[in-house]
Amino acid sequence: MLAFTLRRMLQAIGVMLAVGVIAFSMFRFAGDPVNQIVSIDTSAAERASIRQSLGLDDPVLVQFARYFIDAVQFKFGVSYQFRLPVSSLLMERLPATLELAICATLFAMVAGILMGVYSALRRDTVLAKLFQAVSLIGISLPTFLIGILLIYLFAVTLGWLPSFGRGEVVKLGWWTTGLLTVSGLKALIMPAITLGLFQMTLIMRLVRAEMLEVLRTDYIRFARARGLTTRAIHFGHALKNTLVPVITVAGLQFGSVIAFSIITETVFQWPGMGLLFVQAVQNVDIPIMAAYLLMVSLIFVTINLVVDILYTVVDPRLRSTVGRAS
Amino acid sequence: MSDAVVPHRNQDSAQGARVGAGWFRRALDSDIFYSFRRSKLTVVAAVITALFFLLAIFASWLAVQNPFDPAQLQLLNSRISPLWTADGQSPFLLGTDEQGRDVFSAILYGLRISLAVGLAGVVFAGALGIGLGLIAGYFGGAVDGVIMRIADVQLTFPAILIALLINGVAKSLLGNKLDETSTLGVLVIAIGLSFWVQYARTVRGSVMVEKNKDYVAAAQLIGLPAPKIMLRHVLPNTMGPILVIATINLALAIITEATLSFLGAGMPDTMPSLGTLIRIGNNYLFAGEWWIVAFPGIALAGLILSINLLGDWLRDALNPKLR
Repeated sequence: MLAFTLRRMLQAIGVMLAVGVIAFSMFRFAGDPVNQIVSIDTSAAERASIRQSLGLDDPVLVQFARYFIDAVQFKFGVSYQFRLPVSSLLMERLPATLELAICATLFAMVAGILMGVYSALRRDTVLAKLFQAVSLIGISLPTFLIGILLIYLFAVTLGWLPSFGRGEVVKLGWWTTGLLTVSGLKALIMPAITLGLFQMTLIMRLVRAEMLEVLRTDYIRFARARGLTTRAIHFGHALKNTLVPVITVAGLQFGSVIAFSIITETVFQWPGMGLLFVQAVQNVDIPIMAAYLLMVSLIFVTINLVVDILYTVVDPRLRSTVGRAS
Repeated sequence: MSDAVVPHRNQDSAQGARVGAGWFRRALDSDIFYSFRRSKLTVVAAVITALFFLLAIFASWLAVQNPFDPAQLQLLNSRISPLWTADGQSPFLLGTDEQGRDVFSAILYGLRISLAVGLAGVVFAGALGIGLGLIAGYFGGAVDGVIMRIADVQLTFPAILIALLINGVAKSLLGNKLDETSTLGVLVIAIGLSFWVQYARTVRGSVMVEKNKDYVAAAQLIGLPAPKIMLRHVLPNTMGPILVIATINLALAIITEATLSFLGAGMPDTMPSLGTLIRIGNNYLFAGEWWIVAFPGIALAGLILSINLLGDWLRDALNPKLR
């Protein structure tokens, strides 16, 4: 168990190092950092001195080591467009993205589980077929089209919800939250649904398939034979057993939710990290791109690591095979 | 899966080559075509997909104007609503945008670019993935380890993020030299590099099964070089699943291109794809000019949905377990 955990952690560190090399090469080789800082009429001597002061004359390995040490301390250099440290720009926008991603995941889980259970238990009803159709559309429609459609319906035509921004936010220390104001909550509804829709269809399909599978097993038949109520069988026994894979998928998908928030944040002009990243790509702001890559990779790698380790904790069978293999 | 299906397919084509004209009749007779005919939804999806391809191919004949040619655009004709509304004007079937560009013509040309980028991206991803998968599966050992480790790591990141990063780096490296054609190339490379993993994994899996079979041993015994064995003998037996992946990936590649263009990191306004048209049209949504965004959106959604339905059917049809 310990050996497995250690090996997985080493692998995770290896992945992070590889991503670090990519981020560093982007930072260092994609475009000359000096050109981004100086104006056109800076003399060659001045350029050389700036080059020296930035340490761009040092051996590449030394530069990488410096970049790496800075990155571990969350120092990612200065943004070309904003002339501000990248880390403070990212930290300022982190709460918006995390709030959006968490609300989207919660929406996806609640709606997905409810729809999945319903369409498994009442397979041939019209509503269940409608859910299946919705899930096909949810997978086929690009995220940004769904966002535009929602904006047209609820912001332009009906005027119920705001079409962009976060609404009023409340400051809690360095964290800003939109969850405590009415306008903040209203602004959250459409982005969260847009972002969570894909995950919702995924969870719905998964719950439906797992429920159908579990309902066919012997212990459910035995529970029926014991005369338990349908309600207790469906929700106490069947649903409970489908939840492990659902939680795993939702957890693993959380990283994708954060990455896909790039699109949702652009559609709704949500002031999060994703919007910052898209603006960085449009304006070729390499330090922000490199830092965003590192942050998202860290989130991904951490989630994968935690899920892998939790698996062995939850499922003793895995533990023994892993032990035997190593 | 592959070995159960593909020998049958090979027979098909081998006999078809011999009989010549009988090939078409045999194809109509095959059980794959039977399952195609039986599923009405698939037939509809196939017809719609074919229609989209035809529209794209014959765009320059069907369009009332060339939306890339500024000389043909007149500001007088800007923001006309679709033909069936009160303010509609012929010949602008789906209305015009703020530059006086006919929305229908723009969609036809945009469709052409979306499909071209999607197809080229899928071909590039396929070539890369199949090549690496063959090498990894056939040689095994350290080569296999390195390729598959890269694949594992890449698979954890969403394709759109990788494509965006590649796009940003290309922009930074090429700077002002990036014109419409090279943007197209960058998009194809970005999509290809984001989607190769699935092919590589599938091919590798099939190759590991196939390479232990007698026919490969026989080929090795008569002294055929490894590349020839891989391409001529092993690869044809892994084509079934690859076809399914390619179809579904075509839809994904089109979505990715549209998303990149929508985010402003793809095709420029001067040579718009469907995604670019949607981004432009989105700015006019609040002014009530819904048709500028709605029709490109419907075109994109219809295209993706029908390709996805085709892919779903193909997956089931080529899966012998489901017959």
